[in-house]
Amino acid sequence: MAINTDKNVYTVVFASVMVIVVGSILAFLATGLSGRINENMRFEKQQNILYAMGINDNVDEGSVNFVPTDIVEDKFSQYITEQIIIKGDQIVDNDEAYLIDMKKQLALAKKGETPELPLFIGEKDGKKFYVIPMYGKGLWDDIWGYIALDDKMIVQGVFFDHKGETPGLGANINQRYFMDDFTGESIMAGTRYAGINVAKGNNDPLNNDKEDNEVDALAGATITGNGVSAMIKETLNLYKDYLKTIRTN
Amino acid sequence: MGLLSKKDANLIKDPLADNNPITIQVLGICSALAITAELKASVVMAIAVMFVLGLGNVVISAMRNIIPSKIRIIVQLIVVATLVIVVDQVLKAFAYPLSKTLSVFVGLIITNCIIMGRFEAFALGNGLWRSFLDGIGNSLGYGIILVIVGFFRELLGSGTLFGYPVFGDPIEKTGLYSFGYENNGFMIIPPAALIVVGIIIWVQRSRNPALIEEN
Repeated sequence: MAINTDKNVYTVVFASVMVIVVGSILAFLATGLSGRINENMRFEKQQNILYAMGINDNVDEGSVNFVPTDIVEDKFSQYITEQIIIKGDQIVDNDEAYLIDMKKQLALAKKGETPELPLFIGEKDGKKFYVIPMYGKGLWDDIWGYIALDDKMIVQGVFFDHKGETPGLGANINQRYFMDDFTGESIMAGTRYAGINVAKGNNDPLNNDKEDNEVDALAGATITGNGVSAMIKETLNLYKDYLKTIRTN
Repeated sequence: MGLLSKKDANLIKDPLADNNPITIQVLGICSALAITAELKASVVMAIAVMFVLGLGNVVISAMRNIIPSKIRIIVQLIVVATLVIVVDQVLKAFAYPLSKTLSVFVGLIITNCIIMGRFEAFALGNGLWRSFLDGIGNSLGYGIILVIVGFFRELLGSGTLFGYPVFGDPIEKTGLYSFGYENNGFMIIPPAALIVVGIIIWVQRSRNPALIEEN
């Protein structure tokens, strides 16, 4: 007997069954895969932090290669000597500071509450690095990254990434030719925390001027570039009391 | 007898040229404009669409006799959204780097008119095997155009292919750039894709006048 699919009762029952079936498939999938997904995300954070410190597998001037996943945990514990959480005046050691969600902490800060700010202190070739995680808004969605500073507030390396910036335009914030420009820039303008501006037409495409608090913008990605500038400035602003205590110039 | 009958083979062959979803059916234009600034993105999008459309067509075909007509569009949307989430989650768990490359485009697959178009025009009226072939054929046709557009946009806009420099270094002025060549910035913005797609349509119709519609 053929089913009469035009009946309202059938439609309601069909819709209900479909919602239950699809919901169950997705819930089962999410539960089953969440362990692996979280682990991948944890490794990614460690890779990004190490990348900002200059610990990576880059093979030429254009590549962006991270430390391989299978050894990233060992490398992380080898190079990151201290993980701290700054909450107001309190500074506490915490081995899982990298799990703190900066997006939530920035939202708390905007509401006037005291955020928990993670900071990673690393050592490479006898030099100390302070790696700060950042979060901001691009043109379409979230952008984030890590900035590694020395005690003179000079950038030693950065890593940027995005959720959904335009391919070929704003999405290029995670390309070497953009990220490498930040290395050597100071985040200070005199005694003021100026951050680093992503500037259009600053006549310095090779970024030779390291004193201007500016890097050359990406063509056709003005809003993403502005987002990167704002992200650096807003994040460093939250850390500036702590940074004052480590500054040596 | 070959693997496919002539009728079945046409389901794969036709969308590649004479019934191409982008240049003839004029579907999926939005994603063709949005993501073709890079060749790698074009290839990744084509593969993802092939999976979603191939499997989606099979699912819709399997349910074609029991879907209530009043809510068939909603059902089709649920199927495509579910498949896209499944692809996204599996990639995140087992191919994390690839999932990061794909993440921008996954949302776009849901809005791709070709998928809903094929569900509606083919899978609702045909069997599983033929629906699967139709899905693969149409996504191949879509992918070919994406790759052609991505090739020209990345080459002329950035001087690279799959991210590798082809013309030299534009900053150090080596290779072609030493002769005064400049990358064409217009090619990396979406309107350029419209022009490249237009040229493909023009070439295709010039070679086969039967495709030109009578006024």
